[in-house]
Amino acid sequence: MAYRIVASQCTGCSACEPECPNMAISEKNGTFVIDPAKCTECINYFDEPQCVAVCPVDDTCIIDNNYPRYSA
Amino acid sequence: MASPIISLSSIAAPGRAKLDELLQQVAEHKGCGTSSGSGKASCGTGAGQGDLSPEVWEKVKNHPCYSEEAHHHYARMHVAVAPACNIQCNYCNRKYDCANESRPGVVSEKLTPEQAAKKVLAVASTIPQMTVLGIAGPGDPLANPEKTFKTFELISKTAPDIKLCLSTNGLMLPDHVDTIESFNVDHVTITINMVDPDVGAQIYPWIFYKNKRYKGREAAQILSERQLQGLEMLTERGILCKVNSVMIPGINDEHLVEVNRAVKSRGAFLHNIMPLISAPEHGTVFGLNGQRGPSAQELKALQDSCEGEMNMMRHCRQCRADAVGLLGEDRSAEFTTENVMAMEVEYDLESRQAYQAVVEQERQAKAAAKQAELETMAGEHSDVKILVAVATKGSGRINEHFGHATEFQIYEASTAGAKFVGHRRVDLYCQGGYGEEEALESTIIRAINDCAAVFVAKIGGCPKESLKAAGIDAVDRYAFEYIEQSVIAYYRDYLEQVRGGAIVHGTRGDAEIRQGAFVAA
Ligand code: SF4
Ligand code: SF4
Ligand code: SF4
Repeated sequence: MAYRIVASQCTGCSACEPECPNMAISEKNGTFVIDPAKCTECINYFDEPQCVAVCPVDDTCIIDNNYPRYSA
Repeated sequence: MASPIISLSSIAAPGRAKLDELLQQVAEHKGCGTSSGSGKASCGTGAGQGDLSPEVWEKVKNHPCYSEEAHHHYARMHVAVAPACNIQCNYCNRKYDCANESRPGVVSEKLTPEQAAKKVLAVASTIPQMTVLGIAGPGDPLANPEKTFKTFELISKTAPDIKLCLSTNGLMLPDHVDTIESFNVDHVTITINMVDPDVGAQIYPWIFYKNKRYKGREAAQILSERQLQGLEMLTERGILCKVNSVMIPGINDEHLVEVNRAVKSRGAFLHNIMPLISAPEHGTVFGLNGQRGPSAQELKALQDSCEGEMNMMRHCRQCRADAVGLLGEDRSAEFTTENVMAMEVEYDLESRQAYQAVVEQERQAKAAAKQAELETMAGEHSDVKILVAVATKGSGRINEHFGHATEFQIYEASTAGAKFVGHRRVDLYCQGGYGEEEALESTIIRAINDCAAVFVAKIGGCPKESLKAAGIDAVDRYAFEYIEQSVIAYYRDYLEQVRGGAIVHGTRGDAEIRQGAFVAA
């Protein structure tokens, strides 16, 4: 599974963008979006998903159940 | 004493109608000199050189944020290029700007470094007093290091005379000290609300550091260590450091005396204690859980108890991060991104310097006036102290109509002279407009309730009566005079009347601090 950003909650602060080890995050119309094809849930990089850890709004970067679990 | 008349037309470049027009407005605003110059402050606050070393004073004296005297004459601007933050503060709602550093409940316009640089140059070539550029948010400048330093790089190339400063929460500060030094940034503000992790845990729910989210006491401990380390590293390199603290009653109010000692011993030159701004509609943790901000007297008492320790900054208006203009005045509407990008900017260093030389003369003149008045008090000693509220548009004069004032400057008068102790804003209360005179009057009275008098350029009969009923003397006989000189003169009369029995001097009540950042134009 990949992570996704709940657009209605995102403040557009950009804090997550540089933290992603896979450059999966980019800006789109003032809020940020995750490219599910690039997101590895930070597995093999960090103990916790970086976008979740840095985001100032709780429950904004969440698991997207539409995608299968990422396997390294 | 006679006031020197300043001819601004002589320094405005010919053929630039827009600039002339703006200088004209500036001229109306200014008039004359101001207090202290390099003279020793009578009170030991930030009003003059005080106990600062000559090198520090040289850096501080023209900084509108750090020198309460300079903020009448020089202007600063902030550009919002740094939206991301790496910690969470309970007084901040990240949907908006950093509530206590800048302005609560309002969002600044985000700029790219290129847009920001163009805006700075446009403003600096229109407003010659613009001498300081700050990057303070809406997030943390050092959580956005590329954007912050790119902006500095672009500006220092074209406008080397503009001082650069930045405000940070300090978490990433130790990593960027070398870059800060290489850009000649000589003013850094660090927001330090605690040096005890147990206190910190009540202010900061989490931080993001080295790819991990830390919570509670551990988070506060890391933050505090990084802040103090960064402060030490900067002061070792001779970079000026100011510390901001947000006073949160019941959480860090008493603790801030300890913070004051800790930052002073590490070389901070100024400590600015600001009241917590907290209202439910800001959606912050403190706003929602009913955490109150301090009253005016509580704030003053804490500032007084820290004052023996070091210079305190009492004129901070917690103004908007993207404000343009002299403190208390905001001209950002003229410089929207759209306007700026359409402007043709020609940076004229020479005319800026000429203008600034004139301002220096004004400042000397006012210092002399204050000194002369103070000498009439020599040898007087009394325990009587009063607070006086002053309506001013800047330049150190009583030059604002009571009904137009968006804020009042508060001076404490005693036999030691006149000392600036803070300001009270009434701008957000004025929303009813002039139709609701009574409501307006009562809010102003609440804001300056601890003052014995209010000095204005002009006031109507009705408000004068209401003020009188509240025990506040509305004084217009010093209209357009220098503030400090007038405060001392008033105090001398007051003291005489107390001694003659005509006035019974008593303590006055507390006053309210408005909730909201400075947004009046
Ligand atoms: S979970 Fe990790 S890899 Fe996926 S978007 Fe967030 S930061 Fe990038
Ligand atoms: S950190 Fe959160 S709020 Fe900020 S841009 Fe990323 S998703 Fe949006
Ligand atoms: S908020 Fe305003 S007064 Fe305070 S430091 Fe910044 S510019 Fe100066």
